Amino acid sequence: MVAQNIFFGIIAFVMVVAALRVVTTKNIVHAALYLVIVLAGVAAQFILTGAEFVGVTQILVYIGAVVVLFLFGIMLTRARIGREVEVDNEKRWLAGLVALVLFAVMSFALVDAFEDSRIESVSGGTPQLTSEVSDAIFKDYLIPFEAASFLLLAALIGAIVVARRE
Amino acid sequence: MGDPLYAGGIGLTVVLVTLLKVLVTFVLLLVATMFMVWFERKIVADMQHRIGPNRAGPWGLLQTLADGTKLFFKEDLLPDRADRIVFRLAPVLAVVPAFLAFAIVPIGGNFAEGGTVSMFGRETFLQLADPPVGVLFFLAMSGIGVYGVMLAGWSSGSKYPLLGGVRATAQIVSYEAALGLSLASVILVNGTLSTHQIVAEQAGAGFGGIIPNWNLVVTGVVPAIIFLIAGTAELNRPPFDLVEAEQELVGGFNTEYSSIRFALFFLAEFMNTVTMSALVVTLFLGGPSGPVWGPEPVRTWFFPIFWFLLKLVVFLFVFVWFRGTLPRLRYDQLMDLGWKALIPLALGWFLLLGAVRVARNEGWNLVVTFGAITVVVVVAVTLLNLSLRAAQRQRLADAEVNA
Repeated sequence: MVAQNIFFGIIAFVMVVAALRVVTTKNIVHAALYLVIVLAGVAAQFILTGAEFVGVTQILVYIGAVVVLFLFGIMLTRARIGREVEVDNEKRWLAGLVALVLFAVMSFALVDAFEDSRIESVSGGTPQLTSEVSDAIFKDYLIPFEAASFLLLAALIGAIVVARRE
Repeated sequence: MGDPLYAGGIGLTVVLVTLLKVLVTFVLLLVATMFMVWFERKIVADMQHRIGPNRAGPWGLLQTLADGTKLFFKEDLLPDRADRIVFRLAPVLAVVPAFLAFAIVPIGGNFAEGGTVSMFGRETFLQLADPPVGVLFFLAMSGIGVYGVMLAGWSSGSKYPLLGGVRATAQIVSYEAALGLSLASVILVNGTLSTHQIVAEQAGAGFGGIIPNWNLVVTGVVPAIIFLIAGTAELNRPPFDLVEAEQELVGGFNTEYSSIRFALFFLAEFMNTVTMSALVVTLFLGGPSGPVWGPEPVRTWFFPIFWFLLKLVVFLFVFVWFRGTLPRLRYDQLMDLGWKALIPLALGWFLLLGAVRVARNEGWNLVVTFGAITVVVVVAVTLLNLSLRAAQRQRLADAEVNA
């Protein structure tokens, strides 16, 4: 696993730099593009651990759809080229606090769930099959999956209602 | 599972065979793209009673090469108000995914005998890569390809390219849903995401030993038609070429581009056309499968590649035929077709195939199953129509209030 560790370090470094640039850059389209780099890094890390399906889905959903819609919205509203001065938000310290708390919760959950087990002992050293992912979703985690779908559907309908009422 | 080439560890021969495959795939795609540009101009010329390119080389075959060389030596303009880095990045973002997407297409191999060919004493697939998530890889690449068009439109710093880019994004995102849903039918029937496995599932004879066991037949034609329409829209080709509607947008997202950067966009567009045709062939027409005979090298090498190329040319012609025949859609027609016709139809057909499959596995009574399916379809279509009507009424009422 030495080669994987080295590449994990390289990709993680690129991701951290890009993530910092997302919030420090003065151009909103550039921020979205740095976000693409971060998300591509996540996909690369998934592929590095042998989770091909999750990695490709990450590209498909986040890079191919979510950020495209971000950019679409930006272009329809404020597609200025060059520096924008007023991109800083007054509540950025609060946002930083929320991010910190989220980071703490997620790292605690990860460490608590896996402790010091290694990747090859979890996956058996082989790439994860798509059927394993689907079996996990539709057998063990069916209720959380349906709950998440229901929540997303509600959010979708809510968004349409809000947009229609102007 | 997987390419047998990599089963016995990685040695020098394996690396060399892989490099050779990379080279062949690259050259094949480039030559096919060059041929496609010439083919399109020639066929459209025939359809419009013109002669078309006939100066460079026999039948004008070298016209594309001449045009490419000319573009290469043109001045590379960078607009004053452009975002310099993104402006330079955009053509690359268009062309690289176009190249990568072709890597998962099986070009040859006799699938009645395992689909492998022998190369320097090694058994291997005649395709560059066979990832277990092959079909999703293609969708991911076409998703990244959007960035090229969109960023080109934005970074030019001018009005018409921006409009072209916004149109392109809306169109591609809309039709990607229909494309993915029609693909889901294929995945459901074949039970795999790998392109090699999908082709292997289609090998051999189907009903009565005459009709081929292709997904076109097995999935019941509808997904193939949806895939072809959504694919045409995804490629921004006529009749869905609102992105580069010359009368409205000067030239669309690439107005400000010149020289080799323009050539890269042009190349990406035609490469995507070739890849899309190759994917239609792979997913619905059995890829390289077809009748084979003769001794060893002819049977495993010549005939599968021949059938693949033949099917590919048929679909390339279909794309040119669309262009020569159909007028461009209006923007609202484009969105109506995508959201109100193709997506519900693709989703409904997917559920139908799923229901038939479950019924067959569980041994349910066929008559009752089909009765239930008919009732569900009628109810669903009625509900959809009612909701569309209600939305239209609402829109008209809103328009009256505003007027």
